[in-house]
Amino acid sequence: MSTATTPAPARAQQTPPARRTRRPGDAARYAGHTLRYLLLVLMTVLLVGPFLWQLLTSLKSTGEPIYGPDTTWLPADPTLGNFGKVAEVIPVWRYIGNSAIVAVASVVTNCIFGAMAGYALARMRFRGRGAVFAAVLASLVVPFEVIMVNVFLTVRSLGLVDTLLGVLLPGAISGLSILVMRTAFLALPKETEEAAAMDGAGEWARFWRVALPSVRGSLAVVGVFSFLFAWDDFLWPLIVLKNPDNFTLTVGLQYLSGTFTNDQRVVAAGTMIAVVPLLAVFFALQRLFFRGIGEGGVKG
Amino acid sequence: MIGRRWYVPWLFLTPALIVTAAMTWGPLANTGVLAFTDAQALGGGEFTGLANFSRLAHDDQFFRALGNTALYLAVVVPALVLLPLLLAQLVHTKLPGIGAFRAVFYSPVIASMVVVGLIWSWLLSSDGLVNAVLLKLRVVAEPLPFLTDSTLLLLSCMLVTVWKGLGYYMVIYLAALANVPGELHEAARVDGAGAVRRFRSVTVPTVRPTMLLVGTLAAISATKVFAEIYVMSSGTAGPGGQAKSIVYYIREVGLGVDGEIGYASAMSLVLFVGTLGLSVLALVLRRRGERSEA
Repeated sequence: MSTATTPAPARAQQTPPARRTRRPGDAARYAGHTLRYLLLVLMTVLLVGPFLWQLLTSLKSTGEPIYGPDTTWLPADPTLGNFGKVAEVIPVWRYIGNSAIVAVASVVTNCIFGAMAGYALARMRFRGRGAVFAAVLASLVVPFEVIMVNVFLTVRSLGLVDTLLGVLLPGAISGLSILVMRTAFLALPKETEEAAAMDGAGEWARFWRVALPSVRGSLAVVGVFSFLFAWDDFLWPLIVLKNPDNFTLTVGLQYLSGTFTNDQRVVAAGTMIAVVPLLAVFFALQRLFFRGIGEGGVKG
Repeated sequence: MIGRRWYVPWLFLTPALIVTAAMTWGPLANTGVLAFTDAQALGGGEFTGLANFSRLAHDDQFFRALGNTALYLAVVVPALVLLPLLLAQLVHTKLPGIGAFRAVFYSPVIASMVVVGLIWSWLLSSDGLVNAVLLKLRVVAEPLPFLTDSTLLLLSCMLVTVWKGLGYYMVIYLAALANVPGELHEAARVDGAGAVRRFRSVTVPTVRPTMLLVGTLAAISATKVFAEIYVMSSGTAGPGGQAKSIVYYIREVGLGVDGEIGYASAMSLVLFVGTLGLSVLALVLRRRGERSEA
């Protein structure tokens, strides 16, 4: 298998045409490539294996052992029944809906309000701009965990405990979104908007019709990461949601694993419901992700 | 530029300012004030000076949580500085199919910690796959109590943190490796340096700023560890609640029905001092890294 995975084109790419023609060097290179592919496969097993084992467990029928000496890797009698059972134990569709509402709302607020703030900081000169920028920048070093108790008090005084709006609010317009959008607008040539201004376009029209469409790439990055963060978040929804009817998917999954059902097949099915759509979207958009990490910098 | 009314920028900033003020700066100021009071979830709030802090100094549970968190840092940070660098080195090549491998290695980052925690709870349970393999290989005679012994539980959580974080830091390292001049490697190779030697003498010195950055980032996030412990112990923090982290303990103290807001705020301030130190370090290192790249 190892030799089969070492593809011929690799050598054609790696070897500069005239300079290196020595045979022993090529052999060493082949060995190196083979070793690298072996390690890559090993890491794939280590990093994907756990997901795969969970998927296999979720497909095993009730009659089949999932532990003990008789356990097999592949389900003897694959079934989707466990996925149906998840819905019997927890209102999983409702949880998915709740998570989706919060995540989509977070994308909208981070993109639009984050862009508005970023635009003002990048393009407008006004008294107090430096202070606002400093406040946004400094908010990045305040971990949510430090203020969560008092954020809860604030949300409670707003009457938003146990509501999805309460879940959304703390992450609705993150400092990071504002900074990414500010950087994007700074990189935009001023001429585009100035031309629009000559044509009599107002401030808002210049932002909405000219500047915003030109930073679609950064908007997509902010959107994707806002969605992911909201969808995956656990600590805050766990704090602010009390009634099991209002749970988001992460809190609901934790709840599922703690309920009377001790059937790992059902818990496994629940985790697959939560993660498979996400992974599917990720593999479809992976280019965007890797660009986003480069652009958005690193989050502390 | 064209004349504009003074309030226009503020209209653009209003939503962001309201949310940041209400959800970050207000609560932070509140934390700073309430830390010096005996505020409870249901009222109270007399100024008590440093009483909360002297109580902290004698709180065994707090020191337990502090120790657990420190242990977490001590294991997770070196692992997350070194392993993702090796992984990045592995995928820093133009071999066919490498893009797919990079994406695959990143996939644990995408998943929620709850999903990852539940997956590993199943793998590490006494009936789980890991114990089955260990038993089969006769490494152990009895299943190891990965989730029901507090020390092993913490180690299991660390494993999960590292497993989930590998891809994230790998990508940061990849960006840094792109700046390592290829000629340097080629020269070292010609001089007969082996792969290990080249890694130590060429790669590590050039990515050292990034290693420091990754170290501080991993440290900040390890200081705030919560979800791993909560999920892997089904919300019990291990037998007798011995595996609590600082954030775990803050949540328990401050957000129960009879939440001691003042005491939890005091603990939050202590946590803040720790993360702030690390954040400042990260900022300094990042700036220095950018300068050396330019």
